[in-house]
Amino acid sequence: MEILNYTAVELAGKIKAKEVTVREAVEAVFARIEEQEKEYHCYVTLDKENALKQAEAVQAKVDAGELTGPLAGVPVAIKDNMCTEGMLTTCSSKILGNFIPTFSAEAVRNLEKAGVVILGKTNMDEFAMGSTTETSAYGVTKNPWNTEHVPGGSSGGSAAAVAGNECFFALGSDTGGSIRQPAGFCGVVGMKPTYGTVSRYGLIAYGSSLDQIGPLCKDVTDCAAILEAISTHDTKDSTSVKRQDTDFMSALIDDVKGMRIGIPRNYLGEGLDPEVRDAVLGAAEVLKEKGAVVEEFDFSLVEYAIPAYYTIAAAEASSNLERFDGIKYGYRTEEFEGLHQMYKKTRSEGFGPEVKRRIMLGSFVLSSGYYDAYYLKALKVKALIKKAFDEAFAKYDVILGPVAPTTAPKLGESLSDPIRMYLGDIYTISVNLAGLPGICLPCGKDSKGLPIGLQLIGDCFQEKKLIQTAYTYEQARGRFGSAKQTAESGVR
Amino acid sequence: MANIISDETIEYVGILAKLELSDKEKEQAKKDMGSMLDYIDKLGELDTEGVEPMSHVFPVENVFREDVVTNGDEREAVLGNAPAKKDGMFAVPRTFEG
Repeated sequence: MEILNYTAVELAGKIKAKEVTVREAVEAVFARIEEQEKEYHCYVTLDKENALKQAEAVQAKVDAGELTGPLAGVPVAIKDNMCTEGMLTTCSSKILGNFIPTFSAEAVRNLEKAGVVILGKTNMDEFAMGSTTETSAYGVTKNPWNTEHVPGGSSGGSAAAVAGNECFFALGSDTGGSIRQPAGFCGVVGMKPTYGTVSRYGLIAYGSSLDQIGPLCKDVTDCAAILEAISTHDTKDSTSVKRQDTDFMSALIDDVKGMRIGIPRNYLGEGLDPEVRDAVLGAAEVLKEKGAVVEEFDFSLVEYAIPAYYTIAAAEASSNLERFDGIKYGYRTEEFEGLHQMYKKTRSEGFGPEVKRRIMLGSFVLSSGYYDAYYLKALKVKALIKKAFDEAFAKYDVILGPVAPTTAPKLGESLSDPIRMYLGDIYTISVNLAGLPGICLPCGKDSKGLPIGLQLIGDCFQEKKLIQTAYTYEQARGRFGSAKQTAESGVR
Repeated sequence: MANIISDETIEYVGILAKLELSDKEKEQAKKDMGSMLDYIDKLGELDTEGVEPMSHVFPVENVFREDVVTNGDEREAVLGNAPAKKDGMFAVPRTFEG
C-alpha cells in the first residue's frame, strides 16, 4: 500500500513497527505536493527543509522509545491563523504578510509533543471570514475532487490538503462552521469540539466566544486521536475548560444500540439540495439499522441563528482586529501624515473587502445608540438558541443533519452576494453560538461526484457520543476513498 | 431596503473602525451594511422580553493566576516583527504635536 493512503494512526503504527521511516513519510508527502500543489494551492507556506529536520529528531525519539503515541512521526498541516514559532503566519491577509511568531499556539505545541512533523501553513479565508477560501489575499484553493469548485472555508486549505493527500491531517478552526463545512465539501472528517476544549492560545482571534480549533482528517479514528492530543487545560486561555474525559479514542466503538438520534425537520426543508437530503437520510437509515432510535423533531429558531451569529461575530471581530495597527508587527503603509492617518491607511491597505465589511458592521452594532438594538438583541437570541438545544438534548443523544445545503459551489460564484454566502452556514452556525461539539463526515457523493457531508451535533462535552456514532456509521459505510484515487480511476 | 445608511453614518463607522474608504468603497459599504441590517432586523420578530443576554455559554468567572514571569527576554525576537524600531523600541509616528 502506498504510504500516502495510510490514515495518520495507520502511518504512526507503520513507523513504530519500523516498516516506514518518518523521513520516507515526509518525502512522500512532498513528492505529492510538488506534483499537484501548483494546481490545488492548499498552502500559503511550506518548509521542506525544516520538515526533514523535524523528521530526523522525531525518528530518533521514536527509535529511543520516547515517542509511542498514535500520531508519532505523522506529517501535518496547520491552518495559517495558528501561530507557529519561526514560521510565517499570515492569516491569509496582506496585513500579516511578514509576521513570524515568536511562539507557537498551544494546540500546535500539543501536536509537537505528540511527535508530528509540521509541513507548512494552509490557505484560508482572510482572518477566517468566508465560506469558500476565496477571500484569501494569497489566491484561491481548489477542491481536489473537482478543481472547478471551491474547497469550502474558511479552513479550505486544510480540508483540501487532507483530501489531496498533501498531509496526513490538518488543524483548522471553526467559528461558524469553518472546519465542518470544508470537511463536507472535501469528503474528509472534521470536528469542532465543545467550546473551551482546545486552547485558543496562539489562535489569531476572529470571534473569541465562538472560535474553536479542531482536526480535519481522513477518518473518525484519526479524529479521536488528534482531539485527544490537542485537548488540554491551558492557563494561558481563560476560557479553557478543565476536562477529565479527553480519552476520546475509548469512544471508537462500533455500536449505536439505543442511541437516541433526532433529525430537525427544519434542517430538511426549503433550500436543501435533494441529493444532499437523500444522502443524509440514507446515513440516518444506516444508523437505524445498527440499532439507533431515529426520529424527526421540530427545532425552532433555525433561521435566527445566522443574523444573531453575524452580529456577534462581527462585533467581536471589530474589537479583535483593532490590534492590527501597523506598530508592533505586520504591514505598515509607506506614506502617511501623523499617527491616525498611519492607522487608517495601514488598515485600509492591509485588510481585504470581506474583513472590512465585517469590521464596519461590528463597529456599527457596538456603537452608542445601536448596541441594545443589535448586539444585546443578538446575545438574547443566542440564549434562546442555547435553550432550544438544551430541550432537544433532553430527548436526544445526537442531532443529525446535513453540514451544508449544497455540495461545493463553483469557484467565483459566492462572493458577489454575501448574504447568500452567509445562508450556506445555516446548519453549522448555531452549534458555535451554543458552544456545542459537531462532527462532519462524508456520507455520499452527488451526481457531479462531489462529496456530501453528514453532520452530527452533540450536547456540551458529549464528543464521545459523536465519535461513537460517527465511527459506527463509518464502519458500515466503508472506506470513502480519496479525491485522487477517484479522479484517477474515473469512479463517480 | 428598510435600512438606509447615510454618508454621515459611514463616515462615523470609518472613524470607529479606523478605516479610510474610497468613494467607491463607501457606496458599496452603504449598500452592504444596509442589506445586512435588513437581514439582522429579522431578530426583531422574536420576543426576548425578560431574556438575559448570553455572552458566554458556560458560567465563567474571572480566572486568576499569580503574576509571575515565565518567559525569558524575547525583546529582539519580538522587535524583529516591528515595521519600524529604534534603540530597542518600537518606532511610532509623532503622537503629540507641539
